[in-house]
Amino acid sequence: MKEIVVISGKGGTGKTSLVAAFASLAQNAVLADCDVDAADLHLILKPDVQESHDFSGGKLARIRADKCIGCGECERVCRFEAVSLSGPGNELVAKTCTIDPVACEGCGVCVQFCPVDAIDFEDAVNGRWFVSETRFGPMVHARLGAAEENSGKLVSLIRKQARLIADNQRRDLLVVDGSPGIGCPVIASITGADLVLVVTEPTLSGRHDLDRVTQLTAHFGIPTAVCVNKWDINPDVTEAIEAGARDKGLVLAGKIDYDPAVTNAQVAEKTIIEYARNRTAAQVVSVWNVIMDSLKTTK
Amino acid sequence: MIVAVASGKGGTGKTTVATNLAKVCAAAGKPTQYLDCDVEEPNGHIFLKPQIDRREEVTVEVPQVDAAKCIGCGRCGQICQYGAIVCIGEKVLTFEQLCHSCGGCWLVCPAEAIGRKPLRIGQIETGHAGPLAFVSGRLEIGHVRTPSLIRSVKRHIQSDGLAIVDVPPGTSCPVVAAIKGVDFVLLVTEPTPFGLNDLKLAVELVREMRLPFAVAINRDGIGNDQTQAYCETEGIEIMVRIPDDRRIAQAYSAGRMIVDALPEYSERFGNLATRLGAL
Repeated sequence: MKEIVVISGKGGTGKTSLVAAFASLAQNAVLADCDVDAADLHLILKPDVQESHDFSGGKLARIRADKCIGCGECERVCRFEAVSLSGPGNELVAKTCTIDPVACEGCGVCVQFCPVDAIDFEDAVNGRWFVSETRFGPMVHARLGAAEENSGKLVSLIRKQARLIADNQRRDLLVVDGSPGIGCPVIASITGADLVLVVTEPTLSGRHDLDRVTQLTAHFGIPTAVCVNKWDINPDVTEAIEAGARDKGLVLAGKIDYDPAVTNAQVAEKTIIEYARNRTAAQVVSVWNVIMDSLKTTK
Repeated sequence: MIVAVASGKGGTGKTTVATNLAKVCAAAGKPTQYLDCDVEEPNGHIFLKPQIDRREEVTVEVPQVDAAKCIGCGRCGQICQYGAIVCIGEKVLTFEQLCHSCGGCWLVCPAEAIGRKPLRIGQIETGHAGPLAFVSGRLEIGHVRTPSLIRSVKRHIQSDGLAIVDVPPGTSCPVVAAIKGVDFVLLVTEPTPFGLNDLKLAVELVREMRLPFAVAINRDGIGNDQTQAYCETEGIEIMVRIPDDRRIAQAYSAGRMIVDALPEYSERFGNLATRLGAL
């Protein structure tokens, strides 16, 4: 089984539209949406949810107002500014300490140091994850709750579940939609992948962010391909991006036109391959073929 | 006043709105700072072309174990929720990349065997672009302490003026770190199904954090009218619309500010500043 992860560095370059198109081109693949912060792939693939599970990536501390003596030890040890003396009063004190669940990073230090054991430490539910069927095959996806932590752990979980399905159903390819940036969810989505495709755009921002994200894939030693979406917005920057990619030894996966049909396909809840038999769709097919060829040569 | 410019979906035009708004406000004589908190992929400098006066290293504290003092009790490994310090037999191993700097291990160690050492996670550049003050964070490649670096960037906010905070995309911990404590959040979206889906997530977040907010629609004219309908139903103000104009995309691609390349749009950003109460 081979795994390809599509990321972008910069957001909004067309990652998810491209992954959806790949879903309609792949023959025997499992799909995974690892952009758990802003998951959009389901809007096109319309998954029929077969299984739904809570995701708990860590714990949360909660002060029991009836036991708290308002001593402030928890506030003193908390490094995340999550504790304040603003909870309701009880028989002993006018105000108790309370923890902001958004700021709490679940370290448990306050729980350890509370002199009266007034702090509970329980598994936090950070989101939900799903196993679904789509018209292009099985899909694993998730929804991280707003303001939640542990997106990296959720990404790792989704990839693991997608691999299990691929093994069980003898599917030979895993196509992963990653997230923007270079941080924790991105690292969690690319480590151990066979190939990373970076979708960029011909803007100075796109180029700058591509440079950082390819430093990241190099840091982890992952074979990397680059595709320039909306290339005709700025042919000069496109050329510079391709020259830079060549110098770095990256695979050039091709260029895709700036085409309103891509947004129209999204509105119609279709992939560009399903929606338009035009030049843009042909360019996407060509990118896909280049990637499939480079996958054959990876270990 | 601190205004955060955020969005669920990436690439909707956060940096475009934040930089142009900041420039217009500074040009109007208001003491203004632009702070790039999209520290994983900071782009504000591409447009504002600031002169950088100072660079500072940002570090976080991670444990340093003194094996000679360690009594092998294992309490550090028990308190750590992140797998960043592990005791195997009498030996203690640390994994700096997993550490959240909560301090649990050095507080709990009965033998005072755990000290702290700095771990470099990125840098902050400060400078100015004309009258506009510029602050930008840049995460070190391969590091994951995005929220910590964002908090360090925000420590540069001067409370007496106007601060425009450019927020990373998404709705998880880096965004929370960037918008916590701001006075107003402007959510930039595009009127597409993806844009709307992610806008709803962002609205859920700012509501949970009880922050006042409004919406900016970029590339107005593409997609469909569902975003407008959603904002009407939810009673969310649409503070500015920026049309889908290929000239804007081209100016953006070359790192040019809209207010410079297409001055006819300046008034729009001026009006936005007024509606935000930023001027």
